[in-house]
Amino acid sequence: MRLYAICVYLFLYIPIGVIALFSFNAGRHASQLQGFSTKWYGKVLSNPFVMDALETSLTVAFTSALLASLFGTMAAVALQGIKGPLRTAFDLLIYVAVMIPGIVIGIATLIGLVTVFNQLNPLIAAIWPEGFEAPKLHMGMGSLIAAHTMFLMALVVIIVRARLAGMDRALTEASSDLYATPMGTFVQVTLPMIFPAILAGFLLSFTFSFDDFIIAFFVAGSETTLPIYVFSSIRRGVTPEINAIGTMVLAVSLIMLVTAQLLLQRGGKKTK
Amino acid sequence: MTQRTRNWLLLAPAGTWFLVMLIIPLTVVLIFSFGERAPAGGVVPAFTLEQYANLPARWAAFKNTMTLAPIGTLSALVIAYPLAYFLAVKVDPKWRTILLVLVIVPFWTSILIRSYAWIFLLGGRGIPALLGWFGIEGVRLINTPFAVLVGIIYGYLPLMVFPIYVSLDKLDKKLLEASSDLGAKPWRTFLQITLPLSIPGIATGCMLVFILLMGEYLIPAMLGGGKVFFVGNALVDLFLQSRNWAYGSAVAVTLVVVMLVTVTIYMRLINRLGANRDDVSIM
Repeated sequence: MRLYAICVYLFLYIPIGVIALFSFNAGRHASQLQGFSTKWYGKVLSNPFVMDALETSLTVAFTSALLASLFGTMAAVALQGIKGPLRTAFDLLIYVAVMIPGIVIGIATLIGLVTVFNQLNPLIAAIWPEGFEAPKLHMGMGSLIAAHTMFLMALVVIIVRARLAGMDRALTEASSDLYATPMGTFVQVTLPMIFPAILAGFLLSFTFSFDDFIIAFFVAGSETTLPIYVFSSIRRGVTPEINAIGTMVLAVSLIMLVTAQLLLQRGGKKTK
Repeated sequence: MTQRTRNWLLLAPAGTWFLVMLIIPLTVVLIFSFGERAPAGGVVPAFTLEQYANLPARWAAFKNTMTLAPIGTLSALVIAYPLAYFLAVKVDPKWRTILLVLVIVPFWTSILIRSYAWIFLLGGRGIPALLGWFGIEGVRLINTPFAVLVGIIYGYLPLMVFPIYVSLDKLDKKLLEASSDLGAKPWRTFLQITLPLSIPGIATGCMLVFILLMGEYLIPAMLGGGKVFFVGNALVDLFLQSRNWAYGSAVAVTLVVVMLVTVTIYMRLINRLGANRDDVSIM
């Protein structure tokens, strides 16, 4: 039984380990180890295409995780207090957002936004003052952030709601019995208790957005995110540079995840 | 400000966002799927079932998806179950948390990089070269259904382990003691107590993995080398290469409908088995 478990863990981690190992390989060939070197990391860090893609990915991940945490938490708090059709409608929206495959979300966003933009652009041009060039709506970083935020909001609502459900109702009741305003109760009682969940939601959202390929593939327009860059490089062949990028990407996700995990666990103990 | 107003204000941003970025786009896909292809690449509004009538042209993609998704789900289940059992029942509790985290973490890291790792391992200079040393020559692994299956299991194993672990962890261990006190052999205890009580976890795990596999694009694209393609690959081709939006929309709608129908039938079956499905979140 234990031997079996060890085998499964090896299966899970050997491929990742191999990538990390070969990223420090001095040799030009991707599959022969020839001594230790960090030169591929240097190459990656001085490659302007990689750096541009990294910057795009970080901007998109940070912005969409921030928006999703804010609006998702607001929605989760409001949903806690209501019943009826509005609640049912939101539950359904969240269910749809999570159930529909990412590829269909990507396609729908692409053709939906392009169709809407095609209707809006002549309108904007018509009302724009003479002599200035009218702005044209197009697919790009904005549409990518909007698409990621939509999906991640659903994720944040689920995470924050789970924490709200585990909270002791008596605490908020006590607070309002002691004449705290609803806002006061929220800031002093509810918020500190759900904060670890919000932060964990933010970190998970960031990781998801940073790693997402399929939605970005359809929605990013002419922008290149890091996963899109890696995907197109792999199509051109396996190189030590990809190993170095991959190792760095995995390391970033790993740090985010361990932090999120710790936050969820510590927060979980406190509210029990 | 009344509580009602406050709730409306709190829900307004999320609601608007879902409307503009989810409901409207999905409606456009549905409308386009009944349209006709415009010469320039767009869609001419119409009401025709022509696109749906053309679906058999992409039959192979549906067939591959509906074969490899269930096979991948079942393989992941077979590999995940003993591990989940080990983590929930056998392992020393002080190691349990760290071992669980180690299972879940890969799921949240880039599936792109993890599939890439297998291009590396299954490619000519990876495992086939290793086998060559042992005198087994000419093995081709990359760009085969087998490679896609390995990628699927590797990618989705964590998602399968976690729900099964949760249902096994909730199981009252006294039942197992009672069973053995009453003289049942270990395998009988397993078949009559442990396995039936872990059905909710199995059901959740299988459903999560199956749903994600139905929309898979990356794994077949990277490990199948254009020979093993899923509906996802057909969709990328239709929208980004041939730009046939009307037909692509019909394929996308069909994918979602097939997925919903399969999941509904599946849930009926599971409920008939008499198990209450527990919702388990992944993290």
